[in-house]
Amino acid sequence: MFKIIKQLTSIVAMFAVLFAFSNETMAAKKSKTLENTKKRGFVRCGVSQGLPGFSNADESGNWTGIDVDVCRAVAAATLGDATKVKFTPLSAKERFTALTSGEIDILSRNTTWTLSRDADIGLTFVGVNFYDGQGFMVRKGSGIASTSEFKNGTSVCTNLGITTELNMRDFFDSKGISYEPVVFEKADEVVAAYDAGRCDTYTTDKSGLAAQRTKLSAPDDHVVLPETISKEPLGPVVRQGDSVWEDIVRWSLNTMIEAEEYGVNSSNADMMKTSNNPAIKRLVGAEGELGAAFGLDNDWNLRIIKQVGNYGESYKRNIADTGILPDRGPNELWTKGGILYVPPAR
Amino acid sequence: MNNIIKRYIPQILAILFVVLIFGFLTLNAQTNMDNRGIDFGFGFLSQESSFDVQFSLIEYSGSDSYARAFLVGLLNTLLVSFISIIICTILGVIIGVARLSSNYLIKNSAAWYVEFFRNIPLLLQIFFWYYAALRALPMPEKANAWFGVTYMTVKGYYIPAMVWENLNIFLYCGLAAIIAIFILRNYANKLRDTQGKQIPVLLYSVGLLIVLPLLSFLFGGVSLEFEIPELKKLSKISYIYEGGISLPPELIALVLALSLYTSTFVAECVRAGIEGVSKGQKEAAASVGLTPNQVLKLVIMPQALRIIIPPTTNQYLNLTKNSSLAAAIAYPDLVLVFAGTALMQTGKAIEIVSITMLTYLTISLTIAAIMNWYNKKIEIKEK
Repeated sequence: MFKIIKQLTSIVAMFAVLFAFSNETMAAKKSKTLENTKKRGFVRCGVSQGLPGFSNADESGNWTGIDVDVCRAVAAATLGDATKVKFTPLSAKERFTALTSGEIDILSRNTTWTLSRDADIGLTFVGVNFYDGQGFMVRKGSGIASTSEFKNGTSVCTNLGITTELNMRDFFDSKGISYEPVVFEKADEVVAAYDAGRCDTYTTDKSGLAAQRTKLSAPDDHVVLPETISKEPLGPVVRQGDSVWEDIVRWSLNTMIEAEEYGVNSSNADMMKTSNNPAIKRLVGAEGELGAAFGLDNDWNLRIIKQVGNYGESYKRNIADTGILPDRGPNELWTKGGILYVPPAR
Repeated sequence: MNNIIKRYIPQILAILFVVLIFGFLTLNAQTNMDNRGIDFGFGFLSQESSFDVQFSLIEYSGSDSYARAFLVGLLNTLLVSFISIIICTILGVIIGVARLSSNYLIKNSAAWYVEFFRNIPLLLQIFFWYYAALRALPMPEKANAWFGVTYMTVKGYYIPAMVWENLNIFLYCGLAAIIAIFILRNYANKLRDTQGKQIPVLLYSVGLLIVLPLLSFLFGGVSLEFEIPELKKLSKISYIYEGGISLPPELIALVLALSLYTSTFVAECVRAGIEGVSKGQKEAAASVGLTPNQVLKLVIMPQALRIIIPPTTNQYLNLTKNSSLAAAIAYPDLVLVFAGTALMQTGKAIEIVSITMLTYLTISLTIAAIMNWYNKKIEIKEK
């Protein structure tokens, strides 16, 4: 009798160990952020306070822009509905704190990927959705055609909390030019001050210059100089420590870019299910089990393409058609002379 | 024994409670930061800041440390607060006294001034002065000279810089004059108390302040030259003044907004103080044969000051704290430089924000301590 009990307990213990083990492997694949997002019913996304083309709200509060589309893609993949996103406008100063404190789950706010940010402050960059570089805008009448014509005492307007302040210093120091940095908290204030003649030049990322130029009283009187003084790869950021969520955001973005590469867009995605190309079939969820790796169903990528569109569609809708930067430049696919290149979804 | 327990137990409990709450908050922050891979530490203060600041009272460049950037921001905050406190006090006293004037026009203009400036949010006033001024001021090349050598332009107010030779001798002479004045005052007080004689102390003081430094020019080898700002071309349409000192429009707008806004509150304090002294005091003073000037100086003001100082201290504290709105118009104060740029570059939010809060607390407590000391000094000393 006693023996039987002993045997029984050992069997139970063995099962318990097994169960515990399998439970642990399950847990490794689970994402707390994903679970909470599903429970909540919307993706919490941090965006800018208004940068046309990237993240900008219209009068009725609808957000548009390529940064916004990354969050929408994640919502489509995880919740099945690209509209289920709560956008939180953040200043450059607040953005990382909002993410690390758990107020938002994705930061998609034209944020430059740098070593110190990636390594230091509990953040993980998941990819690049826009290759940018810092430039200068000047008045056409000044006759300045290149940054080499800046003289000692040039006053430079810019806004706070971006790599621009560091790049600006590196640039002027290396050229041995003394300058007066006038640093505002918000972009709108920079525009107003530059417009009023407070500064000789306005510096920020070139995409930002192009977007802010449209807000000046006479946009045509201003010109963006050709030189680019820094590399600014902008991309979405997630909190460190949830690798599954990180993968979901990374591959949601990659799906959009790869869809453009294979010519899959929001209108033809359904038809592509019967394509002969296995890569395309994987991209629309008709082959393979790609979603299972993050605990998603198999149509996650199809939903992204159908509801948000591929990268090209997003760029055209938000940046090209709005006249901000009609020329895609480095943000063209690698197959068409740009540097947009993502690992294969397989 | 029983009494001691009764007295101390609640206090000990209260302290324990506060300590526990702080302990819990610290622990909580620590675990959360650990979980998110954020490390806590002040080591960054000695790192190179790599950013420049527009306006600084001390030598500073991007190769200096974050600690020095902090100092730059702190000094800029102190500068704007100091100038604004002085202007708002002068304005406040004038307006406060004007409100009590018997002249209808003066009285009502003062009242309108107070009602207007104190009822518009300060941030709006700062924006108004900054952008209105920027729009209204001329570009450097079109600026007319004020007083012949200063230029008010959209890029700042350019004034001649003073180039000193043997400045220290001049300063020592000034110091000597001040010490001499103190000695003279003590002597005059003693003379008045013991022999009832009056010496025109003010006249002598002014004389000392002028004559001693002047002597340093004649015999001390001190010389002063002015470097006058000159127009320089930056590009086809853009100019700047070189040489001299440039006061950025941000500083000017901030000082204007802060001092005009706070002066209304100071004016009300002054009015309350003067009205708080009962009429009988004035009549009694006049009846013992004091002149109207003596009545004001010896009877009314000492009593009014007692009422004026404590609420005015509050206004000075408010002004100092309000100066943190500077960040909105690009004046590089503590908040913009340290809690702004430095925070962004390092990501050390908790460290930097706590340093900044402690700094404001220290500034405010210092101002409060000085004003309390002054208040104690002028209090009624009952014997």
